[in-house]
Amino acid sequence: MSDTVYLIIGILTVLAVLAGISAMSRVRSARAGNLIGAIAVAVVLVVTMCKHELFGQPMVLVALIVGAALGAFGALRVKMIQMPQFVAVLNGLGGLASALVAYGSLNVGNALEQYASQVALAVGLVTASGSAVAAGKLARMLPQRPVILKGHSVIVGGLLLLTVIAIIAKASTPVLIASLLFGVFFSIRVGGADMPITISLLNSLSGVAGGVAGIAIGDPVLTCIGGVVGASGLLLTQIMGRAMNRSLANILLGRTTVTASAKGTHAKPAATTPAAAPEAAAAPAEAAEAPAADSAPAEAEPAAPMSAEDRSALLKEILSAAKDVIIVPGYGMALAQAQASVKKLADTLTARGAKVRYAIHPVAGRMPGHMNVLLCEVDVPYEQLFELDDINSDFAACDVVVVVGANDTINPAANTAEGTPIYGMPVLAVGDAPHTIVCNLDDSPGYAGVPNSLYQSSKSLLMFGDAKDTLAELLDLLK
Amino acid sequence: MMAAWQLCVLFVISAVVGYFLISQVPSLLHTPLMSGMNALSGITVLGALAAAAAGHQGLAFAAIILAMVNVVGGFWVTDLMLKMFKKEKETAHDE
Repeated sequence: MSDTVYLIIGILTVLAVLAGISAMSRVRSARAGNLIGAIAVAVVLVVTMCKHELFGQPMVLVALIVGAALGAFGALRVKMIQMPQFVAVLNGLGGLASALVAYGSLNVGNALEQYASQVALAVGLVTASGSAVAAGKLARMLPQRPVILKGHSVIVGGLLLLTVIAIIAKASTPVLIASLLFGVFFSIRVGGADMPITISLLNSLSGVAGGVAGIAIGDPVLTCIGGVVGASGLLLTQIMGRAMNRSLANILLGRTTVTASAKGTHAKPAATTPAAAPEAAAAPAEAAEAPAADSAPAEAEPAAPMSAEDRSALLKEILSAAKDVIIVPGYGMALAQAQASVKKLADTLTARGAKVRYAIHPVAGRMPGHMNVLLCEVDVPYEQLFELDDINSDFAACDVVVVVGANDTINPAANTAEGTPIYGMPVLAVGDAPHTIVCNLDDSPGYAGVPNSLYQSSKSLLMFGDAKDTLAELLDLLK
Repeated sequence: MMAAWQLCVLFVISAVVGYFLISQVPSLLHTPLMSGMNALSGITVLGALAAAAAGHQGLAFAAIILAMVNVVGGFWVTDLMLKMFKKEKETAHDE
C-alpha cells in the first residue's frame, strides 16, 4: 500500500475520531460517538496490518487476540465502583505500550526522531509507573494518604531534571530508570481527594506518549490522536484544578492539598485527630473494608442537644413537608455503596410530590464525573444531575438538603477561612438551605483537614454512621 | 512519509482542535469521556504493529497486547457507562 493511500485513510480516521468526540458533547449521541471512535480505530488497525503485510504473522495475530480478549474480559468484569482504578490501569498499559514502541525506535531516523523516541519513552514510563501507583491507591492496595518522604520535592525535582538530562544525552537506560522512579514518586505523594487531578493528568500523559511516539516512528495517525488525547487530559486537569482552586503549575509541581495544609494552617483549627485527618475523606477511608458492618448505630451524637425521638420527629416533619429537595453526594456515598439507597429516598420523596435534584461538585469522588456515573448506574435520570454553577443559587430556595458522604465540597470554610488548603475553592452553598440533613460517617474534618462549620449550624441535622443505614432510617420515617 | 517536523506541527494542531471539541463535553459525561480518550490512547497499537514489521518481535508482541487491552477495554467500558445514562421517563413533576 502506498504512503499516500495510508495518509488519506489516516486523515479520514482522525476526522472520524474528532466527529466521535464531537458527538460525545451530548448525552443522546455520546454512545454513537464512542462507537464511531472504536470503528475508526478498528479500520486504521486493519489498514496498518495491510500496509505492513502483517496478516501472515501468527505472532501479531496472537498478540491482537490475546490483548483484545483481556480487554473485553476486564470490561465485562469491572464494576462501576472500580471504574477509577480500571481507568488508571488501562491508562498505564497504554503508556507502557507507547514506551515499548519508542524503545524499539530509539536509534532510528534523524535527530528529531531520535529525541522524540527518548521523550516518548520517558513520558510513557512516567504514565505507566504513575498510573500503577494511582491504581494501587484507588484499589486500596496502597495507603490512601499521601506518602511524603523527607525532601520529597527535591527527589521529584531531581528525578525530573535527571530525566531531561538523560533525554538530551540520549542515554536510554538512565531515561528509563529516572522516568519510572519519577512516576512513582510523583504519584505516591498524591492523596485520595486529589486523585481526580492526578488521573486526568496521567490520562493526558498517555496521549502525549502516544503522540510523541508517533513522531518518532513517523505515523501521522498516532501523532494526531495522541495530540487529541493529550489535550483532553490537559483540559480535564485544568477543570479539576479550577474546581479545587489550584493552578496547573501547582498541580504539576505536585503540591497536594495536604502538603499545603502542613505548611499552612493545619494547626490553627485545632484538628481533633491530626494524624487521621488526611485519611478522612468525605467518609473516612478506614470504613471502606466493611462499611456496613460495625458503624451501624450512629453512636456519638455530640453536638445534638435533642433526644433521639425529638430528632426523628423533626426529621420526619422536615422531610414530609419538603417540596424541593437537593441531594449532595460525595465520595462517602461511593465508599458506603449507598447509591441505591439514595435513589430509593429520592423515589419516595418524588412519589410524595417533591422535586428532587442532585448537586454534583466537579471534584466529588475520585475521578472527573465519578458521581454522575454512580448515580446513573442506579437509574437516576441524568436531567436531575446539576453542576455546581447551575444549582448553587437554588440552595437558598429549596426546602431541605440531604448530604450523603460529602464534606470538603460543601465546607463553608472555603469561602471564609483564608490560609486553609480549601480557601478559594468553589463549594456547594449547602449552608444557604433552611435545613440540612448530613448522612456522613462522622464529623471528622474532610480530606483537607479543615473542620466543617456546617456541623455546628442549628440548621443541620447530623445522621452519623454508614450512609446506607442512615438513609434507611430516613426512609422509615417517611413510611 | 511525513517529516518529523511536519508531524510536530500536526501534533500541535490536533491538540488544539481536540481541546476545543472536548471543551464542549458537559461535566456530566467526564468519566466516559476520560475512559473513551483512554481507549484512544491505545492507538499506539499502530506503532506496535510498525515495530513488528521492523522486526522487533518480542517488544512488539508485548506492546500489541498492552495496547489492545487498552483499546478494547477502554471502548467497551465507555459503552457500558454511556448505556447507563437515561432520560427521565415521567416529567410530570418537573418544571
